[in-house]
Amino acid sequence: MEVLPNLACVGSSLLNLFWSQRCRTYHAPPVVAWPDSGQNELFTFSMDHAIVCRNLYKRHQDGNKVVDALNGLNLVVRSGECFGLLGPNGAGKTTTVEILEGLLPPTSGEVEILGCRWGTGQDQQLRERIGITLQETRFQEKLKVWEILELFRSFYTQAMTTEQAIATVALEEKEDSWVRDLSGGQRQRLAVATALIGEPELLFLDEPTTGLDPQARRRLWDVIRDLRERGRTVLITTHYMDEAEKLCDRVAVVDQGKVMAEGSPNQLISQLGGEHIIEFSLETNGANGLQPHDFLALPAVIRAVKEAEGFLLTVTQPHLAIPAVLELVDRRNGKLNSLTTRHANLEDVFVSLTGRFLRDD
Amino acid sequence: MTSLRPIILLVVSNLKTFLREPEAIFWTYVFPLLMVIGLGIAFSSSTGQSIWFDAIEGEAADRIVSALQDNPSFQVIVNSEKVAFARLRKNRTPVVVGPSDEGGYAYYFDTSNPEARAAQAVIDDALQRAAGRKDAFPAKEVIIETPGSRYVDFLVPGLIGMNLMGGGMWGIGYVLVDMRIKKLLKRLLATPLRRSHFLLSVVGTRLVFFIPEVFFLLIFAHLIFDVPIRGSVLAITAMSFLGSLAFAGLGLLSASRAQRIETISGIMNVIMLPMWLFSGIFFTSERFPGFLQPMIQALPLTQLNNGLRAIILEGDSLFSQVLPISILLAWSAVTFVLALRWFRWG
Repeated sequence: MEVLPNLACVGSSLLNLFWSQRCRTYHAPPVVAWPDSGQNELFTFSMDHAIVCRNLYKRHQDGNKVVDALNGLNLVVRSGECFGLLGPNGAGKTTTVEILEGLLPPTSGEVEILGCRWGTGQDQQLRERIGITLQETRFQEKLKVWEILELFRSFYTQAMTTEQAIATVALEEKEDSWVRDLSGGQRQRLAVATALIGEPELLFLDEPTTGLDPQARRRLWDVIRDLRERGRTVLITTHYMDEAEKLCDRVAVVDQGKVMAEGSPNQLISQLGGEHIIEFSLETNGANGLQPHDFLALPAVIRAVKEAEGFLLTVTQPHLAIPAVLELVDRRNGKLNSLTTRHANLEDVFVSLTGRFLRDD
Repeated sequence: MTSLRPIILLVVSNLKTFLREPEAIFWTYVFPLLMVIGLGIAFSSSTGQSIWFDAIEGEAADRIVSALQDNPSFQVIVNSEKVAFARLRKNRTPVVVGPSDEGGYAYYFDTSNPEARAAQAVIDDALQRAAGRKDAFPAKEVIIETPGSRYVDFLVPGLIGMNLMGGGMWGIGYVLVDMRIKKLLKRLLATPLRRSHFLLSVVGTRLVFFIPEVFFLLIFAHLIFDVPIRGSVLAITAMSFLGSLAFAGLGLLSASRAQRIETISGIMNVIMLPMWLFSGIFFTSERFPGFLQPMIQALPLTQLNNGLRAIILEGDSLFSQVLPISILLAWSAVTFVLALRWFRWG
């Protein structure tokens, strides 16, 4: 009776070895030139790329409605970087990561993860090399933190110890607590611990900080930065632009199932043409009749958008733009209620790309 | 051996989750026990009970009371005519006895009620004898009360079967749907854990659980009510195992696509209701008309109960239970194959 499982075990480890070797030494043709979709990166298979996906479409039925969750999404994530998918709720971020994670089949399109493709007999081996957190996972309320980690650890052939995983996410104090007694932030860190216990090369974190208080968010950021410093590739989805700016080497702005722009946060901001934002509001009783295009004519102003009570201007040189703005408002008998200036951020990038605000969603 | 470790740890986790849930322990262990105690007491005292009946107050009632006062088999309740008949209508008394015009007694009762009919005959007999009637021949009453033929003996194997059904269906169906709702199934799917290993662990957990469920109840009933255990422990275990396997399959099938707790509860109740009714838990399924019998005999719980009763009460061997074994195995095979085909992880 003892022989059977042994044989099965030896057999499956041999198979593991075979597939993992095959998977790791997969040599892509030097350049498979996918048509450049207007972005900087060539879509090529290469060992430097942890994730390559091209022309992803996902259509599903929602009642009587046909919903196109993804509309030709292209993405390249390089090995060792922390990459952010930034977009409002419903932009298609979760659909994208679940397709990348092999949990959801795309309607069409190609996906390559660590040089492997899902559904080609290498899934098991690929799962050994990636770690994920879902947007929401509720672990059994009455299991202890270490018990859950011990369980997840047993799924991997190579794994760090439970103690190491607990230390990585700084949950030592709660090691012996039931999940029921953890705060939202601690549950999220436990979820991250289950994702990294198998020493993955690539981590997917789907909205890991949504719903957490600022302190818990910063703690989780520390964990993610730490992972990145240890050479892991991290793909993170978020609808917080500050999170993307602080954590990510590069981000892709996603809206309506497409990548609108891709690059480092600084690159994207500088693509606005101006890195400064002037926001001001006017007293409403002054019948000044000012419109955004009136400001576009002013020096150093690149973009002008009307906000609820005033205007938002993107400018290259505030010291030229501000006096001109003041002079124009004065000339039209307008009266300023407030005026602030700040550096442009990813929110402004999103507004300039979509005409909508991230934070509204 | 590393390949077995996830299964073992999953089973251990399931066991821990169960043992940390006081409610689950109550419904699995304490509740069936309370049922045995309640039903056992209610039905075990029915033999040797005395007969209660009403007499209409007056001279006849006085004669009845004095005639029967030394007879422990009767309890006479003397009431006014109005009260006595009111009690008869409400079925509070089986028979009302009053004077008759011919000088004897008149018995008022509902002839369609077998209990009343029997009571009337016994009361009349006792009163006739008290009035001096001689028996044509001496009659000897031998009261039989052997363990194994009482109601409680019939009941206990039925409750064990019912418990195995509930445990299998809830223990697997509910747990899986709960994990699906919590996105735990999806989370596990994203690990290298093999799907077959996961499902094996769920079924394995049930197969660890059924042993204490069966023997806790059986030993308790044996000690308190002297319910006999005539078959071998191995045969009882094997029959319970086959039952658990069939219900594990049904639980898995019920849970294969359900996305909400309400859905799985509904599905499982629809599956279990006919078995609660027809499968001979509380009374024998032979009472149902012949045209229902093929359906009733095809139900897994009917066969499990039949098998358990034959082994526990009659001391039959496992191998004599060909029909229960084959029907339970057929249910297991069909449900597992369908469940694995339809199972939805996300």
